Formats: sequence, structure tokens, C-alpha cells
Amino acid sequence: MKTVILMGNPNVGKSGVFSRLTGTRVIISNYPGTTIDVSRGMTRLLDTSVEVIDAPGTYSLTPTNPAEEVTTKILETADYVINVVDSTNLERNLYLTLEILERGIPVAIALNLWDEAGHQGITIDVPELERLLGVPVVPTVGLAGQGIRELVERLGDARPSETIQPMSEEERWAMVGRITGEVQTIAHRHRTFRDRIAEASIKPVSGLLIALAVMAVTFLAVVAIGEGLAEYILEPIFDLYTPFVMQLSDALGPGILRDILIGHLIDGEIDYEQAMGLLTTGLFVPFAMILPYIVAFYLALSVLEDTGYLPRLATLVDTFFHRLGMHGHGIISVFLGLGCNVPGAFATRVLETKKQRFIAATLMSISVPCMAQIAMIFGVLGPFGMRYIVMVFATLLVVYIVVGLILSRVIPGECPEIFLEIPPYRMPNLRVTLSKTWMRVRGFVGEAIPYLFLGILLVNLLYTVGFLEWLSTAFAPLMEVWLGIPAEATAALLVGFLRKDLAVGMLVPLGMTPVQLVIAVTMLSVYFPCVATFVVLLRELGARGLAAAVGVMVTTALLVGGALRAVLIGF
Amino acid sequence: MERTLLDLDPGMCGTVTRFAGTPGFVRKLRTIGIREGKTLTVVARHPLGGPVVVEVNGREVTLGRRMAQRVIVGEPA
Repeated sequence: MKTVILMGNPNVGKSGVFSRLTGTRVIISNYPGTTIDVSRGMTRLLDTSVEVIDAPGTYSLTPTNPAEEVTTKILETADYVINVVDSTNLERNLYLTLEILERGIPVAIALNLWDEAGHQGITIDVPELERLLGVPVVPTVGLAGQGIRELVERLGDARPSETIQPMSEEERWAMVGRITGEVQTIAHRHRTFRDRIAEASIKPVSGLLIALAVMAVTFLAVVAIGEGLAEYILEPIFDLYTPFVMQLSDALGPGILRDILIGHLIDGEIDYEQAMGLLTTGLFVPFAMILPYIVAFYLALSVLEDTGYLPRLATLVDTFFHRLGMHGHGIISVFLGLGCNVPGAFATRVLETKKQRFIAATLMSISVPCMAQIAMIFGVLGPFGMRYIVMVFATLLVVYIVVGLILSRVIPGECPEIFLEIPPYRMPNLRVTLSKTWMRVRGFVGEAIPYLFLGILLVNLLYTVGFLEWLSTAFAPLMEVWLGIPAEATAALLVGFLRKDLAVGMLVPLGMTPVQLVIAVTMLSVYFPCVATFVVLLRELGARGLAAAVGVMVTTALLVGGALRAVLIGF
Repeated sequence: MERTLLDLDPGMCGTVTRFAGTPGFVRKLRTIGIREGKTLTVVARHPLGGPVVVEVNGREVTLGRRMAQRVIVGEPA
């Protein structure tokens, strides 16, 4: 079977072209031996079925990071290459084009974002470009599907270029300049309103104000959408579900099976948050309490990503993150971590050095609670008042900064500076945004539910055999004396390793004071990441890195817990 | 006296004359569009040691101060 590889710089709309070529049946898989996502799909091209691979974006074939290494390796398996080029930035894209052509592979070029180039007053002489490069060139608009059919037809004409021969780096740069000069004309253009907004959002003062407004709107939107989904859609579904559970409960009668499936009834009623049964708490917590906020968060994140705002945010916060040993890109792992720590840990990969990745991953594990945990924190502490929630998040922020300042000083290694391209603002495409949100939500359901069930099963079993009681007694001095919270909270901290959200819920029946809850909830965030994040950290940091990170986590947890106790409760 | 990109105030332009750095550093800048002969406009210079944002070919690029210091610029052509 023939293989067609899509290659291009980052941010050129490659994925849009890919989804137009392959339709919906796309498999996203990790490239062997790495954790770089590569999308593959099948399609019929040139009267035969071919595999299409969407290679990670790269600026050149001399790789500077793991994602670009993958791209270079994938290229070796190509029968055909579709080089997706950003028409609004031809000059910069041509360097990679020349490198690919020099390899002697049959190539067709998609001049993508053709409509945007038109708006910007950029015209490209397509026949001339085709003549100079010696391969088919087709203008496309990937998101709208424009030009894709012609691209597929012309791929049949793709041959190794006869005009482009291997050359030195300096010759290549000279040729990029020459070709651009011959085929491209740029009309003078007045500054538009959009240009002014774009500029304001990256300048120090106006940018910071805009960033605060964007964050506030994002937060409020997530809360509003999440609450709406929970109240009007998911909770009513559970109201319909309750009679069935009650019937099942009666049919089962008392015993261990009922304890595991249904859990403990309170006054003959089901309290979905506290029952701790697989079919009650095990379904209610993920679907009614967390899923609404996950949907809302990923919707907001997809919009922020697709508009091109995140690189601007990274620029604005760079000064701050640079002090903590990272650079502005560190905000991406915080942001993704707020959804789920697992993708947050993956996102540390965009940082260049080991030191930066270690700091970013450790700080995120300590101080960034995931959406599931946040939703539970609001649910548990909310009734006592906003100020308790503020206490938790203020503590986590202070911890992030202090631990970051310390780590950036004691860990050896380099802290390279920020270096990134700011893409123009784009209107998010509804189809792309929704499908991205859907993929992420599906990911959450697939990963979270098994762990939740496992957690509930484990709690029930350990409770039955008396292990939890033994554990509570063993940890009583630490819990009661050092942290000032009941010894029974030990069980929640244990379960927190499996699911943080479930663990927060387990604190409710202990009848703690709001201040004790603040301490326990903060501990749950700081002491350890959940097992799924743990596995990713092991892969990203290695065994030694992970051991060091765990050392930092446990030390921080003990110090922060003791400090909170001293400040909030006294001795 | 040679001027670097960091010496340009926001709003000012300069043409890249050469780079003072390793081949890897030079390639990194060139592939993102910052090349000899290109005119750069400084869009913003963030305070407290923050990064510099420049416009080149109608695109904005963020780079750290130490990098900006290694880009030598002359009067715009």
C-alpha cells in the first residue's frame, strides 16, 4: 500500500487538509517509541487505497525537538509527500519545501490559507512557482475543502523535481529569496481594526488587561456552561435513574454485593455523592458532577487554541515563568493541566531542556488541580462560602511560585529563552472546535471511568477487610497532630492516588470543619499526582527524575500542610 | 557602534545585518523568518527582562532578550 505524508510548518492548517483528505475515520496514535501524536487515515487516491499520515509540523528537516525528529523519520517511509505551505508566509515555508524536494521524493504542494493570503493583499504566481519548483502546486483552503479535489488529481502528476538538486544551506536560503521575489507580490495594505487588536493584546500593559479579561470570561463561561449542563441535562437524567437503583437495591437485599454495587443508603435514600457504590457514586461523580465541567473546559480551551490566543498569553507571562526556570510556554502545561494533568504532563515536552521539563511537570503535579478535582472542590467547599475556595487556590498559587523559585535555583541545567511565532488571529471553525472537544471528552470518559470504578471497588474491599482502619491508626499522628485533620482522611488520601475527585468526595462524610476541609483538599492536590499522571511523568522524566519529583512533592505537602494548620487552626 | 535588536525601542525598525551566535541559533532564527536583509519592526519589549516581540514579513515573533542581543541590526533599507 502506498503512503502519502502531509508535511509542513506548524500552524499552516495541515490538520484541516488532512481531515478533508481522509474524512472522519482517523486514528490518532503515538509514534513508536515516542509519545508524539501522529494522525493516520485511509483514503482512496489515484484509484487505489492509500494511507495518509499527518506528520508533526516542522520548520526544517534538521530536527531541534522530539516532534521534529519523528517527522524526519516518517519522511523516510513516504511514497508521496503533500507539502502544505502557508500562502501568507511563502518565504518562510519554502525552506522546508526545498529540503523535501532535494530528497527526490514525488511531491505535490498545497498553497493553503489561499483565502487569507487574498485578504492580506498577497498574490502568488502559481504557474511560475510550479515551473521553478518542478512539481504540481495547487491553491487550497483546507477548512472549506476548496482545491482539495484538484490537489488529489494533481498528486498523480507528482514526480521527483528535476529543477531542484541537493544544495548547501546558504544556497538554499539564497534560492528561497530568489523564488519568493519572482512569484510573490504584496499590495500595500492599511492597518485594520483586527491588526490593532492583535497588537494591543501582545503589548505589556494593554496585553495584560486583555489577558485578565480573557481569563475571567473563560472562567465564567466554563462555570456557566458546566452548571447549565449539570442542572438541566445530567441531574434530571439521574432523577429518572433513581427508581431503578432503588428496585435493584431492594432486590439485592443487604450484603457485600449491595455494598459494592449500590453502597450505603442514608435513611433509605440514595445520596449519590456519599453512597460509594459502583452504580451510584461510580456513575454520578463522573457523569453528573465532572463531565459537565470537562465539556465546558475543553470547549473553552479549543476556542482559545483555535483563535491563536495562547502564544500571545505565553509571551505575556514569559517574564514570570522565566523567573521560575521555565519560559512562557510553561503556561500551556498549566492550562492543559487544569483540564487533566495527563495532557498537562505531555505538554511539558514543548520546553527545550530537561531542567525546564522537570520544573514544569513537578509544579503542575503539585499545584494544578484538574477539572475533575476543581469541580469537586467547588461542590464540597462551595456551601461553606467562596472564601474557603479562595484559600485553597491562593495557597496553591503561592506554592507554585515558591517551589518554582527554589527549583529554578537548585536544579542544574540550562533555561533557554522563549522563541515562538505568533499566528494571526483566526475565527475558530465550529466543526473543528466541536470535533476537538468531542475527542477530548471521549478521552476523559475512557480514562476516568475505569479508575473511578477501581477506586470504589478498592475502598469497599479494603474497608471490608479492615485495612483502612489499620491505615488510619498508623497515620493518625501525622494526620491529627501535624495536619490537624481526622485520621479517617487517610483513606481519602490513599484513594486520591487513583482518582482525586473521588477522594475529595470521600472527605464529606467525615464531618470536618471548613478549615479542616481546606487543609485536606489542599493536601490532596499537593501530595501526589493521580496514577495516570504518574505513569506519564515516569515516561517523560525517567525513573530518577520521577523519584526526585516525588521527593519534592512529599516535602512540599508536609511543609504546606503543617503551615496551613498553624495558620488556620493554631496549636 | 553596532546596534542589536534589543537596542531598538518599540515602534522602531532595523535591518538584520548579521547574527552573533552558533550555527544552530542562526538556523533557528532564519527558519522562522528572521534573516539577513530582513527589516524587523519592534512591536513590544516586555519589562523586567521579558521577551521582545518583532514583526517580520507581516508576522509576529516572540524571542528572549539574550537572543535579541545577538541579532545585529543596521538602518532600515
